[in-house]
Amino acid sequence: MSTTATETKTIKLSIKRQENPEASSYWEEFEIPYRPNMNIISALMEIQRNPVNAKGQKTTAVTWDASCLEEVCGACSMVINGNARQSCTALVDQYQQPIKLEPMSTFPVVRDLQVDRSFMFDNLKRVQAWVPIDGTYDLGPGPRMPEKKRQIAYELSKCMSCGVCLEVCPNVNNKSKFMGAAPISQVRLFNLHPTGSMTKNERLDALMGTGGIAECGMAQNCVEACPKGIPLTTSIASMQRETTFHMFKSFFGSDHEVN
Amino acid sequence: MSNQDSGFYIRRLHSLLGVIPLGVFLIQHLLVNFTATYSEEAFNFAAGIMGNLPFVILLEIFIIYLPILFHGIYGIYIAFTAKNNVGRYGTYRNWMFLLQRISGVIAFIFIAVHVYQTRIQVFLGEEVNFQMVEQIVANPFWLVFWIVGVVATVFHFANGLWTFMITWGITQSPKSQQIMSYVAIFVFLVISTIGLMAIFAFV
Repeated sequence: MSTTATETKTIKLSIKRQENPEASSYWEEFEIPYRPNMNIISALMEIQRNPVNAKGQKTTAVTWDASCLEEVCGACSMVINGNARQSCTALVDQYQQPIKLEPMSTFPVVRDLQVDRSFMFDNLKRVQAWVPIDGTYDLGPGPRMPEKKRQIAYELSKCMSCGVCLEVCPNVNNKSKFMGAAPISQVRLFNLHPTGSMTKNERLDALMGTGGIAECGMAQNCVEACPKGIPLTTSIASMQRETTFHMFKSFFGSDHEVN
Repeated sequence: MSNQDSGFYIRRLHSLLGVIPLGVFLIQHLLVNFTATYSEEAFNFAAGIMGNLPFVILLEIFIIYLPILFHGIYGIYIAFTAKNNVGRYGTYRNWMFLLQRISGVIAFIFIAVHVYQTRIQVFLGEEVNFQMVEQIVANPFWLVFWIVGVVATVFHFANGLWTFMITWGITQSPKSQQIMSYVAIFVFLVISTIGLMAIFAFV
């Protein structure tokens, strides 16, 4: 039998694992065969196909979240070599090995790399991150949106609620209730919208509640880490201004609560 | 979920008090100290005016003690609700975030000791004058303690100006925040130089 030169190149992965939300975490090493142009997801799929760790022991497949695989859904966010980002666009060739994969620590772990981001979604609901258009009759076309506002809004609308800005924020943790940058920036987005701005006070009130904008510590990690390059700290500062005005208007009274 | 709650107003008050009156008082205090670089008499004269202001105890309570107790105690609570991560994200602003908390805690301890060493002694029958300060800083431990305390306090004030400008919604654009960073550095250098020159006038 002729022996062909076998490809010995491998990829070393070190994965922080946790069986269930209550279990304690542990690290497990993996070594998988190299293929060109792999991303972290395809490496995880390789482990799923053959769940054997680096010691050759059979183990359980690693669990992770993913959906769109093109960095628009935000589901596959995790901490890769210390940096929170989406694993679908994290290319294996660009990382130093062993590649360390951890779940985002600011969210409760469901299993392995899969986290529960309900905290963020609850806050998005709380700040009413939507434009209310439901009614009992046709409300007709809304007001036109000025082009300048549209340009800002477009940037803000790129948010995919991935949770990276919350993960990197020193003030989003189990000792505080701070909602983080994403919901604050969404308030700016929907308050910029001509129809959305009709209910802007409700959103500002929510931002002024527990865990709201006042708990931002301005470490500005969010804007550095945002995979979509959203001007999050500009959004936060903008909402700081709006909540300041809202505070004075609601105390002293104003006919310009809604513009 | 709750609507507006007191947390928002407490944080805004915390931010405001840090600059007015505490920041203003800090500068004023260091300028009085600076007269020590002129002469012993000049310092005693300036300190005498401050100490003999009418209703001085009310001024102290409402302009200094109550604001500083609130700002300090609430600030320490804020400091301990953070989970610092400069190891992972070592940006300038993340370092400033950490240093703001460290300098705040140092400043609070320093001011508590400082009030005991000077103001409380007045109630015990001493007089605040050049000699009193001279005696304190003659001890190398207290000299270093004062230098660290003054630098930390001035840093906390200067960087606090930067966060103040965002908290109240003045600096929104990245450019204005960047310029404010330079202003904060300038304020830190100038005010801490004044503070340190004042200390060394007693050495």
